[in-house]
Amino acid sequence: MTWVSAVVHGILLGGVYALLATGLALMFGVMRIINLAHGSLALIGAYMAFLFTEHVHVSTYLALVPVLPGALIVGYLLQRTMLERSLRAGQLVPLLTTFGLLIVIANLLQYFFSPDVHSLDEGNIGTASWQVSSSLTIPWFDVLTLGVAVVLLGGLQLVLRFTQLGRELRATAEDADTAELVGINARAVYARATAIAVATAALAGVFYGMRSSFDPNAGANQLLYAFEAVVIGGIGSLWGTLGGGIALGVAQAVGGQINPEYFALSGHVVFLAVLVARTAMQARGFRLTLRGVG
Amino acid sequence: MSTLLAVEKLDVRHGLLQAVRQVSFDVAEGETLALVGANGAGKTTLLRAIAGAHRPAGGRISFEGGDITSLAAHRRVKRGIALVPEGRRLFQNLTVEENLRVSSAARRSGSWTVDAVLEAFPLLRPLRHKRAASLSGGEQQATAIGRALMTNPRLLLLDEVSLGLAPVVVEGVYRSLAVLIQGGATIVLVEQDLARAMSVADRVVCMLEGRVVLEGPRGALTREQVTEAYFGLRRGATA
Repeated sequence: MTWVSAVVHGILLGGVYALLATGLALMFGVMRIINLAHGSLALIGAYMAFLFTEHVHVSTYLALVPVLPGALIVGYLLQRTMLERSLRAGQLVPLLTTFGLLIVIANLLQYFFSPDVHSLDEGNIGTASWQVSSSLTIPWFDVLTLGVAVVLLGGLQLVLRFTQLGRELRATAEDADTAELVGINARAVYARATAIAVATAALAGVFYGMRSSFDPNAGANQLLYAFEAVVIGGIGSLWGTLGGGIALGVAQAVGGQINPEYFALSGHVVFLAVLVARTAMQARGFRLTLRGVG
Repeated sequence: MSTLLAVEKLDVRHGLLQAVRQVSFDVAEGETLALVGANGAGKTTLLRAIAGAHRPAGGRISFEGGDITSLAAHRRVKRGIALVPEGRRLFQNLTVEENLRVSSAARRSGSWTVDAVLEAFPLLRPLRHKRAASLSGGEQQATAIGRALMTNPRLLLLDEVSLGLAPVVVEGVYRSLAVLIQGGATIVLVEQDLARAMSVADRVVCMLEGRVVLEGPRGALTREQVTEAYFGLRRGATA
């Protein structure tokens, strides 16, 4: 029964990773940008929510009302002022730009909020749980997090599939030059994609902040888990991102059940195993193609 | 007839290579102009420069009397210029219908809707929800033309619409073009097949190594004249 409990908690933990990975997957899918500052942008979201709860005395959930639109604007401006220029200089430059951004954000947060740990109040739901059996309790907050991740990914999927913005995003992702030729302002589409990605990052950051305490350097670690979730799930696929997040969460929880020291390690092992398996399959496919030609 | 498009002394470069040299011509409202010339004569580059996909190094392009030389491609589409690019360049992961609908980004109203395109290209009707990647060459070409029409253009630029298609399919594509031309559309088309170009166009412009070497209304030019200009046989005389 403890194993069932580990798997269930792993699945719920996957919700946090999926939430964090969504924006990363979106930006890579549309612009081929690997945003190394994604975790740091999520942290900014958490700190902004912290400011609202401390000084305006609203609940963390209510703090999302100003934080999310703010994140949309930050994302839009980020694309227009920095990433757009970086993209023009080649594929490697956005990687450097966002790496620089990661360091700048960590230092700014340290300057304004001190290196101390902070946390966000998750409200009454934080302590409520559902006692399924003597060895399995399900915390409602974890269920809420996973639910938000599913709704977010599902909502994005619907937007991509059925709206004009979605068609423009998919067309631009595939061929930006041709998109311009059918009347799409590719740069505006990119800016909208980054705006959405940063807003999802801020949402993920707030949920992360309610779940555990955070400090100005937590961004890089969170980025690593989000990145692993994206790769495990298959790059560029939204539902895959959810699956990847859950796979990572289950791997960590089960590893932690074997030995608490294996918690993070088992997640990394699964990530590496998936990478190796993919590469091996690609190499095999390549050989088969060659044989077919010969 | 009023002038819709005016190209004046246009220079377009690909790095060090000058693909279009001092090209000037006008297109009148409702006219069909054929650009002919050998491979590498600069026809595709010229069309892409008019559509805004390639910035010219010098010269001027005006449309409906306004200078559009430095306008971004998507803004030219909003003004009413649509290009059907060489090699069709459909969005492979989008369905036929999505490829058509994506053009509504241009926000130009007019008679072309998804239904109107399916009416004009009946072969697309059963393929409506299929991915563009799964279509045959002719079906892709029809979708590409439909996608351009969905922007309700005043000027349609067609780049090698018959390239790589079976003759019977080319026949079908040109039958639908004839309908468009009868409807009063203004078209500039690049075509390798001289006979076909001369059968649909009101006027023929022949390019050689980036320059216009011969221009005239269809009736005034003989096939021999065009062939000579096409291959540069009387280069000494024209230069």
